[in-house]
Amino acid sequence: MRAMVAKEFRELRRDRRTVAMMVVLPVVLLIVFGYAASFNVHNIPTAVVGPGAPQAAALLRAPFHVTEVDTTAGKSAAEARLRDGQAVVAVVTGGSSPLVLMDGTQLFSVQTAENALAKMMPAGAAGSSVPPVQVQILYNPSLNTAWVMVPGLAGLILVFIGTLITSLGVVRERQAGTLEQLAVMPFRAWDVIAGKIVPYLMVAAVDLVLVVAVGMGLFSVPFAGNVAVFAVGAVLFLLVTLGMGVLISTVSQNQGQAIQLAFMILLPQVLLSGLIFPVSSMAAGVRWISYVLPLTYFIEIARGVMLKATPISALWGPIGLLALLAVVVLGLAVARFRRDLAPSAGKAPAQARTREPAAT
Amino acid sequence: MRWGLEDVRVRRGRTLALDGLTMPADPSLVTVVVGGDGAGKSTCLDVLVGLVEPDAGTVRRPAKERIGYVPATAGLYTDLTVQENLDFTAEAYGLSGSEYHRKAAQIAERVGLAGARHRLGSQLSGGMQRKLAVGLALLHSPDLLVLDEPTTGVDPVSRAELWRLISAAAAEGTAVAVATTYVNEAARAAYVVLLEAGKALASGSPDDILDAVPGAVGAIQGAERPTPRSWRRGAGWRVWAPTGMLPDGVRPVDPDFDDAVVIAALARQRER
Repeated sequence: MRAMVAKEFRELRRDRRTVAMMVVLPVVLLIVFGYAASFNVHNIPTAVVGPGAPQAAALLRAPFHVTEVDTTAGKSAAEARLRDGQAVVAVVTGGSSPLVLMDGTQLFSVQTAENALAKMMPAGAAGSSVPPVQVQILYNPSLNTAWVMVPGLAGLILVFIGTLITSLGVVRERQAGTLEQLAVMPFRAWDVIAGKIVPYLMVAAVDLVLVVAVGMGLFSVPFAGNVAVFAVGAVLFLLVTLGMGVLISTVSQNQGQAIQLAFMILLPQVLLSGLIFPVSSMAAGVRWISYVLPLTYFIEIARGVMLKATPISALWGPIGLLALLAVVVLGLAVARFRRDLAPSAGKAPAQARTREPAAT
Repeated sequence: MRWGLEDVRVRRGRTLALDGLTMPADPSLVTVVVGGDGAGKSTCLDVLVGLVEPDAGTVRRPAKERIGYVPATAGLYTDLTVQENLDFTAEAYGLSGSEYHRKAAQIAERVGLAGARHRLGSQLSGGMQRKLAVGLALLHSPDLLVLDEPTTGVDPVSRAELWRLISAAAAEGTAVAVATTYVNEAARAAYVVLLEAGKALASGSPDDILDAVPGAVGAIQGAERPTPRSWRRGAGWRVWAPTGMLPDGVRPVDPDFDDAVVIAALARQRER
C-alpha cells in the first residue's frame, strides 16, 4: 500500500491544476462565498415622489436609501423607476395615505422593506409619527421564488452548455488529433471556429426556449416584456459563454482539465451572479467579481424583461456590458484558437521561405 | 525538387528540432523519413504541410487544397460513420455530385470498406482506421500526400495493404512523404531520409545509401560481442569496420538496408 500512496502523491505533485483545485480553491471559495453569501439587505434604493415627497423622505431610515425625491412625479413615474431597476421601493405621496410600491422581483429587498415598514409603524400605535401606508407589490405580488429563479436558471443552463459542453467539444478534437488535420485542410481558421461554435449556439438557443417555456408552463412564470429584447440579451450572453468554452479548451490538454476549469468558472457564476444572493448584499470586496460575470447581466435582463417588461432603453447598461464581454472573451478565444490551428502562421522569419503556388 | 524541404531549421526552445534538413517529395515518388522516436520525423512533416513554420530554409508545398495529410494520432472521426467521414472530407475539399460519388466509391473499395460504409469509425479495427484515414486523404486526389507513421501499431496484413494504397497513389502521380520507424519500409521508397536528432544521417535512394556505406561489414557467430561496433543480427553478429579492415574470423558480407541504417548511426557517433 505504501508504494501505491507514494505513487499517487508523485502523480499528484505533477498535476498542479488538481493540487490547486484541492488546496487553494476551497480556501478561496470559503473566503469569497463567506462574504458573498448573505441574504441581509442593508440598502434599498428608494424613490419618493408626489407633493409630500420631502416630508416622507425625511421619515425614511435605513435600510431605505432615498435615491430620488421628486415632488412633481406621480404613481406612473414611480412604477417606471421600479420597472427600469432605478429603485426597488417607491413611495407615492399625495393620496389619502402614502402608497409604497415594491419591486417583487427583488425578494429579499421586499421582505426587508416590509419588516422595516412594520417596525416604523407599530400596529395600531396611536400617535405614531408615521401615517398608515398602503403597500403594493408589483411584478411578483405573491413573492413567488420560482418566478425569480426561472429566468436566472435559464441563464445558468446556458453557462453550462456554452462553457462546459463547448470546451469539451473542442478539447475532444484536440485530444483525437483531428484539430491538426483541420488546420491542414482548406478551411480558414474562422470557418473552423464558427463551425465549432454555431451548433452549440443553436442547441443552447433551443434549450433556452425550452427552459423558459417549461418555466412558464409549470411555474406560471410570466413573460411580460419584449421577446426581441430578451433574444438580444440571450445571444450576447451565449457568445460570452461560448467564448469562455473555447478559451478553456485552448488552455486544456484533455477533457479532465477542461471540466476542472469549467467548474472553476461555473461555481462563482452560481453564487456571485445574483441568482441566489442579492448582489447588493455582498461585501464590496467580492461584489466586483459579480460585475465581471456575464450571468449577473443576463439575470438582470431576463428578470427585467420577463417579469417587469423592462424596455430596452432601461437595459442598455447590462446589454452594453454583455456586448463588451462578448467582444473581449470571444476575441481572446478566437485569437488563441487561431494560434492552435496555425501555430506559427505569420511568424516565419525572413530567412525562411515558403512557396505555395495557387491552387489549380 | 517539386515539393519538399531545403536546408530547413526548426528551433524548439534551446534545441534544434530540425537542423539543416533537406527532403524532396516529387510527383510519382515515395519519400520515406525513417528514424526513432524523437528523431524529428513529425516535425519534418509538420513543416512540409504548414503546421510549423521553419526558422530558416525553404519549404515548397502545394496549396492547402492540393495536400492530403494524415497525422500520427488520427485521421478520421471515430464518432462518425465511414460514409459520414467521406462526406465531411469531400465537402471540405469542395467535391460534390457524380465526381464525389465516383471517388468515394473508389476509395471505399480500395480500403476494403465498401460494405461497411455505415459502420462507425470507432467500430473499425486499428488497421482499418488507418486505411480509411489514408483513403480520406486521397479522396481529393492531392498533389502531395503526407502520412505520419501510417503503419505504426498495425498488423502485417494491414501494413501490406496500406503500402499498396501508398504505392498506388504514387503510381497515379502523387508525391508521397511517409514517416516511419520501420527500417524495412524505407527500402520501398524512391528516396529515403535517415533522421536522427533532427539531422539527416544519410539520404538518397536506398541503393545510394547502400553504396555510400563506409568501410567494411562482416558477420560472425558467437555469444560474445566481437567489437564495440557490432550489433545482433539473427543468431550472430554484424561487425562494422570503418577503416575497411575486418578483425580476424569475421566473414565479409554485403550490407543490406538494415545494416546501412545502423552504420549511419554509428558513423555519426564516431564523428562526435
